Amino acid sequence: MVSFKDLPEEELFLAGSTACQGCPSSLALRIAFKALGSNTILIVVASCTSVLQGSYPLSAINLPLMNVAFATGGASASGVAAGVKALVKRGELAEEPTVLVWAGDGGTYDIGIQSLSGAAERETDFIYVCYNNEMYSNTGTQRSGATPLGAWTTTTPGGKVQHRKDIAQIMIAHRIPYVATASLAYPLDFYQKMQKAKGIRGTKYIEMLAPCPPGWKFPSAQMIEVSRLAVQSGMWLLYENEDGETRFTGGTKRIIEGKVKKKPVKDYLEMQGRFRQVLASPEGQEAEDLLEEQVSDSIRRLHGWVPEYI
Amino acid sequence: MKEDSEEVGYMTSVSRPVKGCAGDTGEWRVFRPVKDEEKCNNCLLCWIFCPEATISKDGQEIDYQYCKGCGICAVECPTGAITMVKEEKQ
Ligand SMILES: Cc1ncc(C[n+]2csc(CCOP(=O)(O)OP(=O)(O)O)c2C)c(N)n1
Ligand code: SF4
Ligand code: SF4
Ligand code: SF4
Ligand SMILES: [Mg+2]
Repeated sequence: MVSFKDLPEEELFLAGSTACQGCPSSLALRIAFKALGSNTILIVVASCTSVLQGSYPLSAINLPLMNVAFATGGASASGVAAGVKALVKRGELAEEPTVLVWAGDGGTYDIGIQSLSGAAERETDFIYVCYNNEMYSNTGTQRSGATPLGAWTTTTPGGKVQHRKDIAQIMIAHRIPYVATASLAYPLDFYQKMQKAKGIRGTKYIEMLAPCPPGWKFPSAQMIEVSRLAVQSGMWLLYENEDGETRFTGGTKRIIEGKVKKKPVKDYLEMQGRFRQVLASPEGQEAEDLLEEQVSDSIRRLHGWVPEYI
Repeated sequence: MKEDSEEVGYMTSVSRPVKGCAGDTGEWRVFRPVKDEEKCNNCLLCWIFCPEATISKDGQEIDYQYCKGCGICAVECPTGAITMVKEEKQ
């Protein structure tokens, strides 16, 4: 068992960045870097992370980093992965670095999906992390394919009417060796998943739910609480899929095993200003029911059935 | 940046990693996390949850030059050792 004491002290994400207070992407980067170490090449897809790393000629990230165009996470990783392999072969690099792509949900669910899919199909050796704040936050909170039903964004002023898509399942359908979901409220679970991904060859996809205080409209101090309640309410399921086998982890495992009671989705929605409008509207109850149904449906798809105690 | 282009061998702009690339971000703070050493059990939760990397692993000391005052450490501390105190701005 890993404990906090085992995590490296060294910070590769440097203090004093341009990120907002309580930024989930910053924290996810910090923990990911602890798991992967300094022999890592980072590829950042256009997103908040392109901005929160600081502006030229200064950077908050103490790793080789390349900023790439929105649709190109998978394609850029394919080039870099081929490049480092060639350098190792020629003896110009002693140890092969880990290639890590960091992209938002807009850059993954919507705009980057074809290049990610292509890279996965080519069995490109890299880790792809999608930090999912369920919207285009860098450009001021527009809806994405990851925005959940009922959530306010500037392009869903009355609350989104569609459910989000399930991209982790799309990645599992590529039959890549490792797919996992993660939460900032379960940092050791995330750390271990990143470490595991580092040790596996081929394409690894990890998705982090990233509650964004300004975009979701809650106080920055509650960023971990919101992350935790997403898992406790079933709105975010924690699992890993290795060679096609799904295993629940963290708070989700405890819910599925009946060790703790799943909390109502409403508890999670009420913490966030982006759901305030829909909850107060005549459609509030319906939206809540649809989201509860979707939680059950997601559990059924992953687990085969929904235990009666959930 | 001329040396940089020569070093990497092709034309590109290279940024350098530094602490405080956005300046002294401690100035953004409205509330300051203040730690009561007597209540602290060194559980490291504040260290792991700080998005800004401004709490040291050893001794959990807060770096006020860069701490943005998000308040996560105070909410997550299991013993209530951290309180958020309003900053007095001159
Ligand atoms: C082709 C293209 N279209 C639009 C943009 C503008 N743009 C930059 S970041 C961004 C939002 C990215 O959203 P997401 O991937 O979810 O990351 P987040 O900002 O939420 O962290 C947009 C629309 C761009 N850089 N390139
Ligand atoms: S808008 Fe959200 S994701 Fe973007 S930098 Fe701010 S807190 Fe981070
Ligand atoms: S207030 Fe936020 S930035 Fe400051 S030490 Fe606590 S967690 Fe870190
Ligand atoms: S979370 Fe609280 S008890 Fe734990 S190390 Fe930090 S200040 Fe001490
Ligand atoms: Mg986003």
